[in-house]
Amino acid sequence: MSALTMNAENTGQKPVDRKINSKPVAAAAAEPVKENKMQKAATAPTPGTPMSERLGNFLRDLLPPVVGLLVLLGIWHVATHKGGAIPSPSVVWDAAVALFSNPFYSNGPNDQGIGWNVLSSLQRVAIGFGIAAAVGIPAGFMIGRFEFLSKMMNPIISLLRPVSPLAWLPIGLLVFKKADPAATWTIFICSIWPMILNTAQGVQRVPQDYLNVARVLALSEWKIMTKILFPAVLPYMLTGIRLSIGTAWLVIVAAEMLTGGVGIGFWVWDEWNNLKVEHIIIAIFVIGIVGLILEQALILLAKKLTKESSAS
Amino acid sequence: MEKFVSIERVGQTFTTKKGKFVALRDIDLNIAQGEFIALIGHSGCGKSTLLNLIAGLTKPTTGVLLCDGREIAGPGPERAVVFQNHSLLPWLTCFENIYLAVERVFSAKEGKQKLRERTQAAIELVGLAHAAHKYPHEISGGMKQRVGIARALSMEPKVLLMDEPFGALDALTRAKLQDELMKICEKTKATVVMVTHDVDEAVLLSDKIVMMTNGPAATIGEVLHVDLPRPRDRLTMAHDPAYIDYRAAVLEFLYEKQAHVEKEAA
Repeated sequence: MSALTMNAENTGQKPVDRKINSKPVAAAAAEPVKENKMQKAATAPTPGTPMSERLGNFLRDLLPPVVGLLVLLGIWHVATHKGGAIPSPSVVWDAAVALFSNPFYSNGPNDQGIGWNVLSSLQRVAIGFGIAAAVGIPAGFMIGRFEFLSKMMNPIISLLRPVSPLAWLPIGLLVFKKADPAATWTIFICSIWPMILNTAQGVQRVPQDYLNVARVLALSEWKIMTKILFPAVLPYMLTGIRLSIGTAWLVIVAAEMLTGGVGIGFWVWDEWNNLKVEHIIIAIFVIGIVGLILEQALILLAKKLTKESSAS
Repeated sequence: MEKFVSIERVGQTFTTKKGKFVALRDIDLNIAQGEFIALIGHSGCGKSTLLNLIAGLTKPTTGVLLCDGREIAGPGPERAVVFQNHSLLPWLTCFENIYLAVERVFSAKEGKQKLRERTQAAIELVGLAHAAHKYPHEISGGMKQRVGIARALSMEPKVLLMDEPFGALDALTRAKLQDELMKICEKTKATVVMVTHDVDEAVLLSDKIVMMTNGPAATIGEVLHVDLPRPRDRLTMAHDPAYIDYRAAVLEFLYEKQAHVEKEAA
């Protein structure tokens, strides 16, 4: 600013220049005012349009998924209305109404409401996933930070990661001698990899500039972790967590089918033994919806956290 | 005192996939306390490499660098760096970015209150008290660079190293920050090494302009002593015959003696 004003003073000896200088300034100053007025005029009488526009947008967004669901129901109905092994939508609907009218009954360990089954599956996922996060995220930080560790662990991780979750179950049964911790163990081992890998990748991708700042300031390893690495890695970490919880929810159904007890996976198996196919279909919907909710909740959390930590 | 920073027969060789690449050779340079040095040369002449060597971010292949009588073994807060792209941490406010540096250097001796005062003083020095609690993405490029300078100065470094600090700014903002930097140097008697590709910036700010030959195997071509009285005013300087001569000398070096890179490229 000072450079500008001083320039104007200097050229003061040449009045022609000054005129040329001052005109555009005045014009420029006047124009935005006009624009502002026009904008106000344009926005003032239109409080009604956004409302109908929003409604239109809402319908436009809602229409395709609703059509999709209706098509699915239609195909299902057409395929099953002549009878057969698979029950029709209306049969499943009636069964669901009956089932959800009392989701939290308990007649001993082998006969509990669907609510209890879902909750106990979620509990297993929470424990297995929680331990996996507690181990996997710090491990990912270490692997990302120290090249030696990274080179040491990479072949092991590449070897173990593609192993099917259920292959781990016998090891769990062998070590823990009980079904329940074995299922938790399976969740743990399957959901740990995405967290390790994504966290490590995040650490490795921290911009060199930030690390140079840390080096010039000679920050302690603790400060580097808390002030630079953690905030920079957070988005990657949350992606890892999201993938992990998806895997965990995928695995729990299979694991519970094999281990028994209370849980949505076991319930599916139990209903298969009772030949209540409509309950199996209900279970498929429930599993899908719970998975969807978990995923969306984590996306929301990620958005909130990254907004707070990096963007804001 | 004459040799506050000394660079003795320093060379830098990088090992690349294509083999060895000699970036710098036979660099000899002494910097006195309170001196303002500009490193100038064409792109790829290794001026940033030399600055990184003084910062301690890289180690020389041959030779030795000393600062205040001690060998430079690694980076440290006594040789603060102002990075080309400001390098503020986006999740910290301007105040917090500076506080991180202040805390590192002074927390052993001083209480929290004093540290906050130091941070406040640094932010006021660059005229950004009003933006102290804004995040980097909420302020302009020039303001970010000023926070970067405040962060470096807040550490009370023995040497302030600046890597094209104003390169990414528009001409008006750059001029303003140059004026501010001159005032700050006047006030703090800082020793500064600045990498630049701007001839006017070099002549206006420096006591000594170190002109580098073209890479590979770049070295110091000429050293120009700028004996213009301080404080310097850019408008009076524009008509000062001595200033014009210095400017011409640098231009001559860059575009006559070291012009072959441009010709090859064309």
